[in-house]
Amino acid sequence: MAIEVRIPTILRSYTDGAKAVEGKGGTLEELIGDLEVRHPGLRDRLVEQGALRRFVNVYLNDEDVRFLGGLETPVADGDTVTVLPAVAGGAR
Amino acid sequence: MLRISQELADRIVAHARADHPDEACGVIAGPVGSDRPERFIQMENAERSPTFYRFDSMEQLRVWREMDDRDEEPVVIYHSHTATEAYPSRTDISYASEPNAHYVLVSTRDEVDVEFRSYRIADGVVTEEEVTFVK
Repeated sequence: MAIEVRIPTILRSYTDGAKAVEGKGGTLEELIGDLEVRHPGLRDRLVEQGALRRFVNVYLNDEDVRFLGGLETPVADGDTVTVLPAVAGGAR
Repeated sequence: MLRISQELADRIVAHARADHPDEACGVIAGPVGSDRPERFIQMENAERSPTFYRFDSMEQLRVWREMDDRDEEPVVIYHSHTATEAYPSRTDISYASEPNAHYVLVSTRDEVDVEFRSYRIADGVVTEEEVTFVK
């Protein structure tokens, strides 16, 4: 068992086009570190100055990890992590 | 080029008018690879702002999953500008994250006329495209 990570279209250049990859770790931060080994560059698109990037949404199963503990959120085998770039913009 | 039914275009404009002076936003889904906008999904602007929009993160997860289950993708991503022209701002360009989508902008700054324009935004480059309204 591992943790499934679903990758959005715009980040699939880091995963050879794969829609989902697998990783391991006890927290989201460790999971991202594990993914970085096989998919170099991915971490930079998710993390900035030790925190999740503001315009990237990361979900653990059905919850936004911002409401769970950010990078410290505990993860376990069998979980699904979904990454979605925020859809945002505006005249400002 | 964006081909869109007049009915769907009217729904975008109606949503933008209804939420004015706040920005309105949403998606039109279509079958993956078809480039056909078909299913209108009005989204909540979590920012409720006249100068900024952001999809609510939980609503976005639900809608993106639903599209995945139905083999759809966001063919159109629309939002309104309420006091400026229907042209992507620097903010729009820096957050654009769906390279395959048509980014539709409408401006509701005029009470009668509405600007309806469409763009591709990829790697920080904006390309305006022609819009064809079909029955």
